[in-house]
Parts: sequence; structure tokens; C-alpha cells
Amino acid sequence: MKLKTTLFGIAYPFQDVKEVLAKANEEKSGDIFLGIGAKTVSERIAAKAVLSQLTLEDLRQNPVIPYEEDEVTRVIDDMVNESIYKEIKGWTLGYFREYILDHNTTGEMIKRVSKALTSEMVAGVAKLMSNMDLVYGASKIRIIGKCNYEIGKAGTLSFRLQPNHPADDVDGITASILEGLSYGCGDAVIGINPVEDTVENTKRLLNSIYDIMGKWNIPTQNCVLSHITTQMQAVREGAPACMFFQSIAGTEDANKAFGVNKELLDEAFELIKHRGAAPGPNLMYFETGQGSEMSINTDHGVDEMTLEARTYGFGKRYMPFMVNNVSGFIGPETLYDGRQVIRANLEDHFMGKLTGLPMGMAPCYTNHTNIDQNDQENATMLLAMAGANYYMGVPVGDDIMLSYQDTSFHDDATLRELLHLKPAEEFFQWLINRGVLDQKGKLTAKAGDASIFLK
Amino acid sequence: MISENEIKKVVEQVLMELGGAIKVEKGLSMDSNTDVKGCGEEEDGLPDITTIDLKKQVLVPNPEDLAGLLRMKESTPARLGVWRAGPRYKTETLLRFRADHAAAMDAVFTDVSEEFVARNDMFAVKTMCGSKDEFLTRPDLGRMFDEENMAILKEKCVKNPQVEIYVSDGLSSTAVEANAEDTLQTIIQGLKGYGIKVGTPFFVKYGRVGAMDAVSEGLGAEITCVLLGERPGLVTAESMSAYIAYKATVGMPEARRTVVSNIHSGGTPAVEAGAHIADIIKIMLEKKASGLDLKL
Repeated sequence: MKLKTTLFGIAYPFQDVKEVLAKANEEKSGDIFLGIGAKTVSERIAAKAVLSQLTLEDLRQNPVIPYEEDEVTRVIDDMVNESIYKEIKGWTLGYFREYILDHNTTGEMIKRVSKALTSEMVAGVAKLMSNMDLVYGASKIRIIGKCNYEIGKAGTLSFRLQPNHPADDVDGITASILEGLSYGCGDAVIGINPVEDTVENTKRLLNSIYDIMGKWNIPTQNCVLSHITTQMQAVREGAPACMFFQSIAGTEDANKAFGVNKELLDEAFELIKHRGAAPGPNLMYFETGQGSEMSINTDHGVDEMTLEARTYGFGKRYMPFMVNNVSGFIGPETLYDGRQVIRANLEDHFMGKLTGLPMGMAPCYTNHTNIDQNDQENATMLLAMAGANYYMGVPVGDDIMLSYQDTSFHDDATLRELLHLKPAEEFFQWLINRGVLDQKGKLTAKAGDASIFLK
Repeated sequence: MISENEIKKVVEQVLMELGGAIKVEKGLSMDSNTDVKGCGEEEDGLPDITTIDLKKQVLVPNPEDLAGLLRMKESTPARLGVWRAGPRYKTETLLRFRADHAAAMDAVFTDVSEEFVARNDMFAVKTMCGSKDEFLTRPDLGRMFDEENMAILKEKCVKNPQVEIYVSDGLSSTAVEANAEDTLQTIIQGLKGYGIKVGTPFFVKYGRVGAMDAVSEGLGAEITCVLLGERPGLVTAESMSAYIAYKATVGMPEARRTVVSNIHSGGTPAVEAGAHIADIIKIMLEKKASGLDLKL
């Protein structure tokens, strides 16, 4: 294992794989904050050069946090398919990049290799890729999830309807749901971030969405994004939940701060399999994003991109229906501007798909970051080309509860039209019957008038 | 279901309340440049688009159920009933969204004016951040002072004050300019009424909440209170908070702070907040505690 190279006659030595991974990262304010990022552009490229010659075996044997010290490392390593690993462990990361991009390599071939990967390998190969590499590579990999209904099939694009309300008011939530439906949004899930994280409130909101789904016969699934322990209790008390939601991270410490660990998530997965309102088999919904570990001092000096890959590795254990990436949500101390957020979004989508996850994306921004609507729309279009399974749908992109901006009902409809994509099958038929979309999947003259559902 | 008559009544009532602001025309949405009352039309320019009450504005040209749509909008501040141009926003919707975001960004990226500091007889110090960029990307530096700035604080301020109150930009200069003066004066007056002595007020540039711990230690204050601009949302960029702690120390748990948030004209108005804060400080001095340790 060689950890040193020379560029233009200048030597660049690195101490260990962890340092190579951090310095090979494109510029991110989070890595600079931790003092682990490359000091110069040349050092960054030198780190990429060193990384390109490391083998998959080098990366497996040098996890950024040791196996003995971290549950996330253990979960990931224990899932490796040893037979496939034996076939590929001698590959260099440089070769692996070319393998993914090769015309002869299909999505199914990548998915097979994926079974033998650890997250350091996933992050490593993504660090060697340019933005268009990330889009092209990811576009080969389709990961389908089924809860009540299937999403993620080729030719489709789905959306989570996010009808949040600053007081969890059911009338207000219903109003936003009907508006979203009138633009064709809501086939991935109708999911509410509640203001009040209590069992009673979670039950009330789960029941409310479930009633709406019943009243208008909407072929979708519901979710209330309170803490998973709150949702578990709500389900034990009989509330109808199609899936469980939880934010997860890439270190054991960070998960602990989020109030979860493997044991708890195992228990939740068993519970939703036996008591949930949907047949599955994919019944979990995870939210992730670069920088969450460093924002709560649980990063172990590891770069935010590698930790994000580890988050996916951890989440894979639970065969999720949806993984939603929200890099951009925390703020400028993790991702400084539009350029950094777009890069992170493309990395995350690629890394998630390479891990085997049904990735959806929430290219988003807060108001104390040097990002505006145009940056966000750029990220959204690039991710749609890359084949993201789904996006959020927020009225005019303005989340009035969480105070940040995300993709809107209008963005969602536009993406489908631009790339000739359709909603999930059953939802598509429902929209046609309701007069929102025509047979070709285009908005009708009535689309956008939520009051058509009041009849 | 409600009867047709009832719907008619609701529509009439709503239209009356709006003063005829909604005019649904055939095939087109309401003409946004006219008929919108309270729009603050200037003689030499266009009306101010940010004064339009979005809750009462329906841009859907011929809704199946206008009264129903208005009821829906009444139940949430979400931007509903906005209609579309193809699949995209109408120009008016896009401009209003960009204007609201512009106000939020400007609140973050603009500095509190020197006039504000002078007008309030304050002096200014800064944390270890050298620029706005550094302030945004290095939360740690926004909680610390270098020796020079700490020396200025110690030289110009009354030592060991019972209550030290200062103002800091935080993430919204707009919030500080809109609220801090009134809040500060009301707190000082309130405390005077209780016979409580207040230290020397000053302004901290590039300040995070935690800078109050360094202030508290440096000046030996019994109670420290900072009035600080909060991260703006699209609804308002003017929200300010007061963070108050009893004998704050660097590295203490966050749970030891008491927070009065949402101080702005649409939330708790500045003067009202000031009176409330003065009362909290009085109780803190009596109970010698703050945050979760203090039962209000």
C-alpha cells in the first residue's frame, strides 16, 4: 500500500487511508472546519492519485473507524459477501471507477459487486469521479422499493408530498396535500414532519393521512416523521403506519445522539413488518446528509463524505423503501455554497445507489447559506438526469414549518415533463382518473386547482 | 356537505372582506397590478409586491370551488392556489418568493450599521471571526474573543455587574435593527424599577450565542443577557431572541440558558418582550438559576 506520490516534483506523503480519503475530497467547508481537508489544490489531486492506486482490500482493511470501536463499521463489514469480495478485492479504485463507467458494465453487474463493498470503497471511488461521472455512473443503477406500491422503476419519477404545518393543523395539512395531488405529487409517500413529537400527535397525524388516502382512494403510503421510538409506540397503540422514518448517521456516536442503534432499529424493523399497514418488503425511510456528524462532534476526524457513505452502509441493513438525502439542510459550516451543495448532492445520490439504496434527493438550502433558488434548481435537474427515485414536494418550495427551501410541486411536474418520466403506475392511473394528468403524463388544464378534490 | 346557498354566502363574505381584491376573469387569473388594495402604491413607481396578503390571494383562474380554495388557504400559511405558467410558477409567485428570500439573505449578509451602535451609545467589539464568511463557517470562532477585544471589554465596562446586557448581530442584522433598541431600553427601565443595576451595554460583531459565556467570565457578571438576530425564514427576517443565563461559563450545558424567542412585530413585539425579559431576570437573581434549573 503506497501512501505517497509526487506531482511536478513535489512529494505528497499521507499518514493513513483516513487522511487520503479526507484530502481526496472536493472542497467542503466541513472538512476545512475540522482541519482535515487538503491544504492546497495540488495536495487534493495528489490524494486522489494515491487513492486511485489503493485496492478495495486496502480500504476494507483500513476502515476510518476500527471494527472493534464502532457499531456502524461492524454492521457494514458483516454484510460483505465474501465470495464476491474475493473476486474484486485486488481491484484498484482507479480500475473500479472505469469498471462502473464501462459500456459493457450493466446496472445489474454493478449491483452484484455492490454486495461486496464497504462504505470506504464506495466513498473512495466517488472521490475519483467528476460530476458528470457521478451522474452517468448512477444513471445505470435502478433500485426499486415496494411498500404498498413500487417506486423507482425505469421511466418513473416519484415524489414525497410534504404538507408540513407550523401547528400540525389537520385542515392546513389537508389543504397542502390536495394542492400537491393536483400537481401529480405524492406517489412516494405523504409524509409530515410534526411540530410536536408525541405519541398522541403522531397517532392523530397517521390516522389523518390514512383517512385522506381512504377518502380519495389514493394509491400511496403514509408516514409521520417523529422520532422512531414515538412512531413505534403509536403503531403498538394501533395507529396505521406504512413505514417507519428515522434520521441516521455514519458513526455509532452520532446515531447515539440521534437516539438510535442497531438493536433499536432491528426491533423497529420487526415491528413494522408485523404491525405496519403496508405489505412491504421495504418498510423503512431514512434521512441522511453530509455534515450531521461534525455538527454534533461525533465525526472522529473523518471527512463528511466518507461518513455519509457509511450512513448508507448502515441503512442498507434494513432494506429501506426510501433513503432521503438532505445535504444542504445544516448550513454553511458543512457545505459552504451552491457549488459545494451540488457536488455533495451528486456524490450522495451516486454513493447511495452504489450501496444498493433507493435514493431520493432533497436538494435544499437554508437562508444563512450562500445558495439561491438557481443553485437548487441546477442540482435538481442534474439529479434527475442521474436517475434519483424521488424528490420532495413542498408548496412553492417554502417549508413553513422547518424554515428552509426544498423542491416544489411545480419543480416536480417540470422534471417529469422535461425527462418524459411518469408517476408510479397505480398513482399514474389514479391521476388520470382524477383528471390531473393526461395519458401521456402531462398536466391537464385542470391541474393546479386543488378545489377539484372538494366535489 | 354544505348547501349551494351557504357557499354563495361564504364567497360573498370573503369577497367583501377583501374589498373586491379578487377578480376572477375568464381564462386569466386576477390582474395583479391592479385592484389590490393596501398595496402601498407609490406615485412614481410600482406597488410593493411584498405587501400583498398571500393568504387571501388566489391565482387559479377558474377554480371549481373558489370558496373552498379560500378556506383551504385560510388554514395554512403555505403558498397554495398559486396556479402556474406551463408547469412553472407565475411571474408574480416567482418574484414574491425571490423577494422573501432576498430579505432573508440580506438580513444574514448585511452588517448592523455603525449608526445603530452610535445611536444606542454603545461601543463595538468583535469575536475572533475576521469576516462574515468566517463567521458563517466557523461557529467556534464566533463564541470567542481575542485578547485585544477582551481588553477593550474589560476597560470600558463596569466590572462585576449584577446584569450585563449586550446586543449581537447573530444571523440577522435586520432583526437587530428592527427590535434591539426598544427591547434594550424596556429591559433597562424595567430593571431600574426593580432597583437592579445594569452594566455597560455594547455591541458584538460576528457573535454566536455562546459568546455570552466569554462575556460573562470576562466581566464577572451575575446575569448575562444577549439580544441576538435569529436565522431568518421566508415569513420574516426580523426575528430576534434573548438568551439569558445566570453566571454563564464557557463550556456550560446549553440547558442552562433561558431563551425568549420570536421577538418581532408579528410575534412578541419588542417592548412587550423587553418587559417580559426584565421580569425573568428579576426571578433569576432571586432564584440564582437559569435555563432548565429555573422554574418560571
